[in-house]
Amino acid sequence: MSDLVLVLVTGLGLGALYLLAASGLSLVYGLMGVLNFAHGSFMTAGAYAAWLTADALPDGWSAGPRLLVSTVVAVVVGALVGLVVEVLLIRPLYRHHIQQVLVTVGLSLASVAAAQGVFGADPRPVEQPSWMGSTVTLLGANLPADRFLYVAVAALLLAGLLALLRYTRLGLVIRAGVENRTMVEALGIDVRRTFTVVFALGAGVAALAGVLYSQYAGTVSPGQGGSLLIYAFIVVVIGGMGSVTGTAVAAVAVGLVQQLANYYAASGVGDLSVVLLLALVLLLRPASLQGAPA
Amino acid sequence: MRHTDPDTVATSGPPPGAAEPVLVLDDVHVRYGGSHVLQGVSFEVPATGVTALLGRNGVGKTTTLKAVAGLAPRTGRIVVRGREIQHERTHRIVASGVGYVPEDRDVFGGLTVDENLRLVDPQRGADADVVRDLFPDLLARRAQRAGTLSGGQQQMVALARVLLRHNDLLLVDEPTKGLAPKLVTEVADVLAEVARSTPVLLVEQNLPLVRRVADTVVVLDAGRVVHRGDARALVEDAALTTELLGVSMRREGAA
Repeated sequence: MSDLVLVLVTGLGLGALYLLAASGLSLVYGLMGVLNFAHGSFMTAGAYAAWLTADALPDGWSAGPRLLVSTVVAVVVGALVGLVVEVLLIRPLYRHHIQQVLVTVGLSLASVAAAQGVFGADPRPVEQPSWMGSTVTLLGANLPADRFLYVAVAALLLAGLLALLRYTRLGLVIRAGVENRTMVEALGIDVRRTFTVVFALGAGVAALAGVLYSQYAGTVSPGQGGSLLIYAFIVVVIGGMGSVTGTAVAAVAVGLVQQLANYYAASGVGDLSVVLLLALVLLLRPASLQGAPA
Repeated sequence: MRHTDPDTVATSGPPPGAAEPVLVLDDVHVRYGGSHVLQGVSFEVPATGVTALLGRNGVGKTTTLKAVAGLAPRTGRIVVRGREIQHERTHRIVASGVGYVPEDRDVFGGLTVDENLRLVDPQRGADADVVRDLFPDLLARRAQRAGTLSGGQQQMVALARVLLRHNDLLLVDEPTKGLAPKLVTEVADVLAEVARSTPVLLVEQNLPLVRRVADTVVVLDAGRVVHRGDARALVEDAALTTELLGVSMRREGAA
């Protein structure tokens, strides 16, 4: 019983990270049909930005405030990097989807190489507030406290994102654009400008995912963003390309399936199960879990 | 294959003393991949009333509207109220006063009626005067998802959405397609009302409706203009409509 609780909570924690990694990806695809393989680079950029910031902050600070400040810096850096990438690389290639994919794949490879060149290929340990490494006892299980942080952050982000979509002008344009962006243009609204904002916001959230994933792993390394991106893509496809609630459901499903399979079958089976889940969803519901837009 | 003498077009066009044409197309071409859809289309839309764009299926009527709205890759000159727009992007063309109601309505099915309207008019949405005056049914359905509306109601949303903004010109593509006769009449009423203040370029297959609302007609065939003239004169000439459109009023039935 306590094992099951541990596996479920860890699965939820991972699902939370997948949701953070996938939400920007999903909206960017839904709005403009851009498959952004450079999304992992934003995660990596965020992780290293936080690591550098934590290092630069005064020694007198305790680990908690350091993590908070360095996370804020990472989100800002991620959003700025996203903004620059969108304006310089994605925008000139609107309607050239193959070229866009090639550019973002190239960028993801280049960013890994750049991180290796600057920071070295070895994983660098990240500072973790002591409470995150402690355990919480729940239903007889000793649960790592950091999992709850990931779930809380993802829940806050999801609530914020849904509120943005539901109650703001930007959200209205995004929902309409995911449904039919040509018609949004035909109503006199500049969808590209909206897309730039969404791309930058998505990159900021990806940077947040990168920071939390490095906390989960205990280290920051050049390939981290790429490995998280694979799961993010699977989540986006299962969740229905452009649907935020679908993405959330899919993220939790993927996290749980992966952890359950790893624990009850054999270590490593989890990844295989996730791919099987993807195949099943595509076979049974090609329109994916959530047909509704945004 | 020009059926009407240019001189008679001038007399049957806009009323004497009318202002400059609101829209001028000058040698407009549209190519999609290998197919040459518009092959040098030139015509003018007068600054008042409804101009109907007619022709058989696939001759380029919808493409002509899309070319004006910047939704099709076009060359040539397109001038709205003296301003060349052939190089502008769609959202600018529309924001500067060209309203576009597409063939399949294209309302946002996942959005409510009010949200559909607020896209264009963030402040008032369904509370705008034009909605109360012309589309009272939509007020009652403001919270309903547009995807669950009937075809006629969706058409009303598509029309209302465009009328929330001031327009120099309206492009309306087959607004009565697939609608029941009663709704066709309602749409025609709205068009007639709107045309009192805003010139309309209307693509329409329903000849009785054309006779009712349109003043001038432009007929396309195979990507070229083959006829320009008075709407009533064309619609009531069974031989000519049969030749140009493959249909005549008698077979269409009454509106």
